[in-house]
Amino acid sequence: MAAQQFKNPVVRWIDSRLPIFSMMNHEYNEYPMPRNVNYLWSFGAIAMLVLIVMIVSGIFLAMHYTPHTDYAFESVERIMRDVNFGWLIRYVHMNGASMFFIAVYIHIFRGLYYGSYKQPRELLWMIGVVILLLMMATAFMGYVLPWGQMSFWGATVITNLFSAVPLVGDEIVVWLWGGFSIDNPTLNRFFALHYLLPFVILGAVFLHVAALHVVGSNNPLGIDTKGPQDTVPFNPFMTIKDGLAMVVFVLVWAAFVFYAPNYLGHPDNYIPANPLVTPAHIVPEWYFLPFYAILRAVPDKLGGVVLMFGAIAVLFVLPWLDTSRVRSARFRPLYKIFFWLLVICSLTLGYVGAMPAEGIWVVIGRIATAYYFFHFLILLPLLGKLERPRPLPASISQPVLRGGGRLASGTVAKPMEKS
Amino acid sequence: MRALKTAVLAAAVGLGLGFGSAASAAEGVVPPDLQWEHEGLFGTFDRGALQRGLQVYTEVCAACHGMSLVAFRNLADLGFNEDEVRAFAARYEVMDGPNDAGEMFARAALPADRFVSPFPNEQAARAANGGALPPDLSLMAKARPYGENYIYAMLTGYIDPPADLEVPPGQYYNAYFPGHLIGMPPVLQPDGVAYADGTTASPERMARDVATFLAWTAEPMLEERKQTGLKVILFLIVFAGLMYGVKRRVWASAH
Repeated sequence: MAAQQFKNPVVRWIDSRLPIFSMMNHEYNEYPMPRNVNYLWSFGAIAMLVLIVMIVSGIFLAMHYTPHTDYAFESVERIMRDVNFGWLIRYVHMNGASMFFIAVYIHIFRGLYYGSYKQPRELLWMIGVVILLLMMATAFMGYVLPWGQMSFWGATVITNLFSAVPLVGDEIVVWLWGGFSIDNPTLNRFFALHYLLPFVILGAVFLHVAALHVVGSNNPLGIDTKGPQDTVPFNPFMTIKDGLAMVVFVLVWAAFVFYAPNYLGHPDNYIPANPLVTPAHIVPEWYFLPFYAILRAVPDKLGGVVLMFGAIAVLFVLPWLDTSRVRSARFRPLYKIFFWLLVICSLTLGYVGAMPAEGIWVVIGRIATAYYFFHFLILLPLLGKLERPRPLPASISQPVLRGGGRLASGTVAKPMEKS
Repeated sequence: MRALKTAVLAAAVGLGLGFGSAASAAEGVVPPDLQWEHEGLFGTFDRGALQRGLQVYTEVCAACHGMSLVAFRNLADLGFNEDEVRAFAARYEVMDGPNDAGEMFARAALPADRFVSPFPNEQAARAANGGALPPDLSLMAKARPYGENYIYAMLTGYIDPPADLEVPPGQYYNAYFPGHLIGMPPVLQPDGVAYADGTTASPERMARDVATFLAWTAEPMLEERKQTGLKVILFLIVFAGLMYGVKRRVWASAH
């Protein structure tokens, strides 16, 4: 075994039997990162940080929470009022869910812009989509646990989606509920799964990182690294850069936790769940709004559900929908425009999702939904054939071709040290 | 069969929700945005308003509304000392037991007890209020859009109904209550309470005081939260600055 030689005899003894120190050294010390990555590449590390904070704060919340319909709401309020720093742990966890989605959505759109899903990173991307699905399931079940009005009625709407499945839909819903309505068995299993799934996410993240470290990170130019002159070792360069990005991100998180803890939530969830009183508007958490808008865009339940899941399914097969071989949007003049249109489309869907499904909002929701699928299913396959990409630079450290995107010319202006 | 029917009904409800309805008619009116001492980065509760608000709650609201999440010991936050809290709690009677003889017994409330709700259960509350359920007020300032602004606007928002609207008996017209028809009568009358600190008890004063009090019952850790936040954010800003300096130095060798 070509294990690294460590000075400390204990470390050496362990490492020659179980090379965890060699592995850590290889993956987080020497691991070569393209030297031109920007701060958008820090959102993976940020998402990892949020996941860990969510798991730790969640374990402490679970120590004080009671998963029973009669006690759940009050036990959350006990955490807020009587548990030492319970208010802090709960607000960190509650806002952490939003922060997780902010980080992951930025991470995903970064991947879309710079073509990080393309060969050879298809599997890496697909594992990422699985993580997104797991996160959505976890976040949904977590929102049910405080057993407020939105918890209960959100759970009603979402679980009822499965009744759209032909033939066995109703049986599936009864099976999910563990009864004939949303009740204590539902809350109990949601709690069990909400505790379990984050660890499944952690496992998927491990695979995500493992797959990343096989093919290496993409970069803003979207071209392969050609040698050590194109890269910097992960430590200290990325550790300090990601570290700085994390601190700034935590600053934003802290601003929510301490000064607007309920801003992203819904007041109705401070009303205990009541199966007999339906809230005027049932609105999911903000991070589900674009999908909620797609769900409501079709005046047919099954169609809506299919489209909603389809919105994520297209991401899963995206590496084969995009036929362009150029990764970065920097060198794809048309894709760059359509990327921003997709961003606007997604934001529009999110806004429509928060509005009542009536009047003009239905129309806008339908147009945006149609555009979303048009982008992935029609535009991307065609664009690769029709678009004339700009010439790519020869390498990250020597962009010999002039006019190759903004950063490329910037790199030319700033002489690079070659070793 | 029953199972199927329930599932279908639930599905129909789900669909109905999904595709919305003309529910926006029931939306409330946006209340005026008032200034509160507990707003902002450095906000702290107005202790005088809290104590007066407690008095309004106890003498007016508590006739119908519970406060089940707040314990008497929490009143120490309002600036009362231990003896005052003990004396306040002792005004209430709670059911305890069973004792050694197996009997339930009534005793004076202790600081550890929660506020005593006016009705033993929901049915009793509805029976006494013409079918309407007076909600528990513990979380009211967080459970309504616009929070304490809404509470103030609603309490002072009893106006004459539009000419074409006939208000059913037992209901009242309110400018800010969603749907405008409210089961609660206008309870804040001039000098409705005799404030212990001598403040003139105008309806506006009482509404403001009780709204402040309810902001505290909903978020009793607000002051601790904001004070902790200030330290955390200052620390993070300094930390980020240092990190930025180190990052620049580390990357200087790469450029």
